[in-house]
Amino acid sequence: MIEMKTTRIDAKGIHYTPLNQKIRAAIADGAGEIILDNVLGQRFIGSGLKSKVLITINGVPGGDLGMFMSGPICIVNGNAEHAPGNTMDSGMLVIHGSAGDAVSHSMRGGKVFIRDNIGYRGGIHMKQYEEESRPILVVGGTAHSFLGEYMAGGLVLVLGIGKGKSIIDRGIGSGIHGGEIIIRGEVDDYLLGVGAKKFKFNESDLERIAPVIKSFCEHFKLDSAAFLDTNYTRIAPESSRPFANKYVWE
Amino acid sequence: MTLGSVPPKFKVGIDRDQCMDCGRCIENCSYGVYHRESDKILIESRKCTACLRCVAMCPRDAITITEKPVDYRSHPIWTREIREDIINQARSGKIILSGMGNARDLPIIYDRLLLDACQVTNPSIDPLREPMELRTYIGKKPSKLKLRKTESGDVELETKLAPNLKLDTPIMIGHMSFGAISLNSHLSMAKAVTETGTYMGTGEGGLHKALYPYQDRLIVQVASGRFGVNIDYLERGAAIEIKIGQGAKPGIGGHLPGEKVNDEVSRTRMIPFGSDAISPAPHHDIYSIEDLVQLIRGLKEATEWKKPVFVKIAAVHNVAPIAAGIARSSADAVVIDGFRGGTGAAPKVFRDNVGIPIEVAIASVDQKLRDQGIRNEISVIGSGGIRSSADLAKSIALGADAVYIGTAALISLGCRVCGNCYRNLCPWGIATQQPDLMNRIDPDRGAVQVANLIKGWTLELSELMGAAGINSIESLRGNRDRLRGYMLDEGMLKVLDVLPAGA
Repeated sequence: MIEMKTTRIDAKGIHYTPLNQKIRAAIADGAGEIILDNVLGQRFIGSGLKSKVLITINGVPGGDLGMFMSGPICIVNGNAEHAPGNTMDSGMLVIHGSAGDAVSHSMRGGKVFIRDNIGYRGGIHMKQYEEESRPILVVGGTAHSFLGEYMAGGLVLVLGIGKGKSIIDRGIGSGIHGGEIIIRGEVDDYLLGVGAKKFKFNESDLERIAPVIKSFCEHFKLDSAAFLDTNYTRIAPESSRPFANKYVWE
Repeated sequence: MTLGSVPPKFKVGIDRDQCMDCGRCIENCSYGVYHRESDKILIESRKCTACLRCVAMCPRDAITITEKPVDYRSHPIWTREIREDIINQARSGKIILSGMGNARDLPIIYDRLLLDACQVTNPSIDPLREPMELRTYIGKKPSKLKLRKTESGDVELETKLAPNLKLDTPIMIGHMSFGAISLNSHLSMAKAVTETGTYMGTGEGGLHKALYPYQDRLIVQVASGRFGVNIDYLERGAAIEIKIGQGAKPGIGGHLPGEKVNDEVSRTRMIPFGSDAISPAPHHDIYSIEDLVQLIRGLKEATEWKKPVFVKIAAVHNVAPIAAGIARSSADAVVIDGFRGGTGAAPKVFRDNVGIPIEVAIASVDQKLRDQGIRNEISVIGSGGIRSSADLAKSIALGADAVYIGTAALISLGCRVCGNCYRNLCPWGIATQQPDLMNRIDPDRGAVQVANLIKGWTLELSELMGAAGINSIESLRGNRDRLRGYMLDEGMLKVLDVLPAGA
């Protein structure tokens, strides 16, 4: 086995542009793993990177972590700011903490795992192109309003760990026209947005998402057996053409 | 139906003495106006859109099309259009969609602005003899240059320059997406801008592989749906444009119906075959000017600060302070799209009522940026209803660096402005994804036509500048002293900062 080259970068007091330049230089230098220490609010980490590098982030990265990213795996030992996984193509973000608003905004592929909670508009306008590049967002805790709004594809899964009800905020899946939102336990009808519809979660659904649950639990050292049942609510589009009946031609 | 039918919009006639019964009208009309029954070509006038394809292809000039063959009782308030819209909504209860740009008969400010020319006291310049400098750089300009002497005695530039686009003429083609228009239209325009040394926008439809050879001349667009956007797409473009709004429908999103999402469109936009492509009204990662800064810088970080980033906004009431905010946001150019901007489809109430004219938007943005001492921070691109080289020259004199054209470029490809772009039936092969219709455009021939238009306007601009004694586009830019207002009111003249004719 070829030994993977590891590069350590101290991010203390460095602006994001030179920090990202250092990351690119380390990749060009053949690093397979990059460890960033003392990260404090630097935005755009991993942005536009195409190699399969593993980036460990010790600290709190700033907004748009992994934006336009296509390949890398980023492990964050801390919370993340707004929009991690924004317009991400492939790769993975694992966040050992919570994240802000617009998590996985317009994500087309790859996975985003958040151990705790996320803010508003999580998974908004997530989309899917080819079957093999299905984008997946999993949230261990809860999510605020407009989860999966305008969603056009992919999977959003909310486990509600430590919460009485997984979600208590409104506007879930408003304008959804593709993909699915799966939420642990019951979801009150009034929380659903326009165009979103509840479906019964059955055994075949469980079979489909079991690998995702197992993978999430592995990352955060949780017992997946506790989640492998059909106590979920599946929310999907009422129609794939939510606006078809709104317009008439001149 | 108690409402009955409304009168046909057009009446089509064939001069049977002239007609040689060749059937080209039947072949060419994708709306199904003509069909043959036994030995006669029959006409269904109600289906006609006045796209004039049949007229253009008839070898005998045998076809006539008359607008409004049936009159309503004339009325200054309850116009035919108003009455028919009400009937349409009484039937449907829906929002009325329409194609192309603002179709209301509102005064056009360009037509009330007059250009200057030299007489006696300073000589005009003959562009045939003297070089006319039309080269335009789009992007940030440094507020000052720092120079350094090298050991060998040479002078070197110390200031780091931001990336700029170099245009041989201040005419670019604006963003019309693949999906809204055909691949052959895109190819024609891409070849034309490559030949004429300028640029075109891709629109929010991704970048088709067939356009890769022209990528150095393409501005890729990032809009709220993020269709077709990935790192490869961003790296291919010469510049990146964030579309916030569009002049034809400010404040609302876009919607490409599933019918137009065929195999090629699906692949290029990276969305499933036959699915609706819905662009939300706002970018959901931009809820403030600070968020816009973050997206601009995000795009720059992803492409290693090698590409200029434009921000396109619709011209709305507060366009000047908004543009000033954008100028401070690391953007390299602001595109202002006036309320006459075109579109494949927009709610009619927006198309005809929301936004402000491009002329006043250019003038107030340029003024605001100069007042704040940040005009060099950003280029200003005017768009939305630029119809001629005169509109171009007036736009630059009002303060624009360059313009985007859209409808004018489509007209050079054959468009007759029939306004049925949304039906996927465009008989000219422009606003359609049907292969048989799209193939009516030969991209090589189309490229010549679009390039000819750009060349013609460029020649006319040189002549207009020469006549005014100006030999560099820089000296025309923001030079409102070379404009005079004709029949414009005092308030308008003040906003435009232009004197009335005779003053």
